[in-house]
Amino acid sequence: MSAMPRTSADRAPAADRAPAEHEHVEAGAAQAEHGWTHRHLLDVDVLSAADIDLAMQTADEMKEILGRPIPKVPTLRGTQVTILFYEASTRTRVSFEVAAKNLSADVVNIAASSSSVVKGESLVDTIRTIEALGADMIVMRHGRSGAPYLAAQVFSGHVLNGGDGWHAHPTQALLDLYTLRDRLPGGRVAGRKIVILGDILHSRVARSNVWTLTTMGADVWVCGPSTLLRGFDRWAASMPAGRRLTVTTDLRAALRGAHAVMALRLQQERMAGGLLPSLREYSMRYGLTAETLRWARADALVMHPGPMNEGVEIGPEIADFERSVVTDQVANGVAIRMALLYLLAGSGPIEEGRNRA
Amino acid sequence: MTARQIMTADDVRRAVVRISHEIVEKHGGTDRLAIVGVQRRGVPLARRVVDAIEEHEGVRPPIGALDITFYRDDLSMVAHQPIVKGTDLPFDVNGLTIVIVDDVLYTGRTARAAMDALMDFGRPSAIRLAVLVDRGHRELPIRADHVGKNVPTSRDEVIRVHVTEFDGADEVVIDRLAVAEVRA
Repeated sequence: MSAMPRTSADRAPAADRAPAEHEHVEAGAAQAEHGWTHRHLLDVDVLSAADIDLAMQTADEMKEILGRPIPKVPTLRGTQVTILFYEASTRTRVSFEVAAKNLSADVVNIAASSSSVVKGESLVDTIRTIEALGADMIVMRHGRSGAPYLAAQVFSGHVLNGGDGWHAHPTQALLDLYTLRDRLPGGRVAGRKIVILGDILHSRVARSNVWTLTTMGADVWVCGPSTLLRGFDRWAASMPAGRRLTVTTDLRAALRGAHAVMALRLQQERMAGGLLPSLREYSMRYGLTAETLRWARADALVMHPGPMNEGVEIGPEIADFERSVVTDQVANGVAIRMALLYLLAGSGPIEEGRNRA
Repeated sequence: MTARQIMTADDVRRAVVRISHEIVEKHGGTDRLAIVGVQRRGVPLARRVVDAIEEHEGVRPPIGALDITFYRDDLSMVAHQPIVKGTDLPFDVNGLTIVIVDDVLYTGRTARAAMDALMDFGRPSAIRLAVLVDRGHRELPIRADHVGKNVPTSRDEVIRVHVTEFDGADEVVIDRLAVAEVRA
């Protein structure tokens, strides 16, 4: 019965005054360990290492649920989750929807292109409308950086940022971290060299990953053409002590000794802005191929947040390569989003959330 | 603080051994029997029940751990989400008699959640409940099949079961709920 000690010893954190039975919690007895205190998930810059560990630990339990014949638990029964996407998305939107449904939440999907938004309704009015229709949580994607902050000011429930402009994509960064911890030998990113490669400037995925990975002690390198790295050298210089971020245009230096490489999607419209001379030149200098990957460690992992432009930022031979963890990233995304929906549902001023009309 | 010990380590050990005999007697052996502890303190207690059964029957029934957090009916009433400890049922529950082991039986809501959780894994032929302490005040039509000790309590008292694995020693104490702990 080797399974038992693993459950209680490895997963359970240090001994605490956990209530003997959950009725005791109802009676207001001691809270166990470190709880989740964030009402919204707008960015990862506010998350401490302990918060991130709690999210990872909760995702482990969600993964156990995903392994069941019927991956569904009644945890968020009666909670309405509204998914409001102003930008096109398949994996993130479906991943949130599957996650919410696995927790028995009621899911409402709104694509801005087919809603009153096209008639000119403002974001604030849209959020108020969604709230009046009974939403407890809003998962939001918006093309403008900061839009979820405005939503959070208006909405009395919980807001989850599903990507805003160039700013943040918190659940992507957390699922990337989860995948790295799952697949790197030793199960941790501290001290490991992680490279983010490509269009760093326009990437919310890059920004959020820099925050979470440096928080967890990784040696983070961002690499790309100098036009797509603007401002990052100043960010690197202002990193607090103990956080490691290196900015380089030299792909070979970035990949040398790397434990994992995350290629980012190169958006075609960047060419029009004059930031890149040509796709061909970009893919020759910065494309991740079997050739260039040889500079990294022999066991280096290859990641991509998707959707991939095979033959541009990533060679087709790499995309479905044995060390590619792209499909793990997608599968882990559901577990991470379940964990965050669960943690957020219990955070913040509950009375306010419950008593509104 | 008026904490008072109501079971010593020896009392706990004897209760566990008696429960282990009762389980086997009621089931008529150990065939198709499994023991499942409720996180957290039900888990070490379940392990001891299994150890005791192995000692007197020479057979070790399969053992599992159940986290009922996702099945609670009071998630909206607690300040922060409880931290999940993990479910691990390394066997097929279909057709087994499963004995749920927990430390304290109080309102019965944990036992209900544990049954819901278990039934998401399949269809056990029977589910039974074994607890170290039954303190009364049931809010649901649930009773334990095997009880270590019945302890009449009032609602402003709290039963704390301590186990060596988490608390350094085995004992059960009864305590007044501190004023600060009573919800305003």
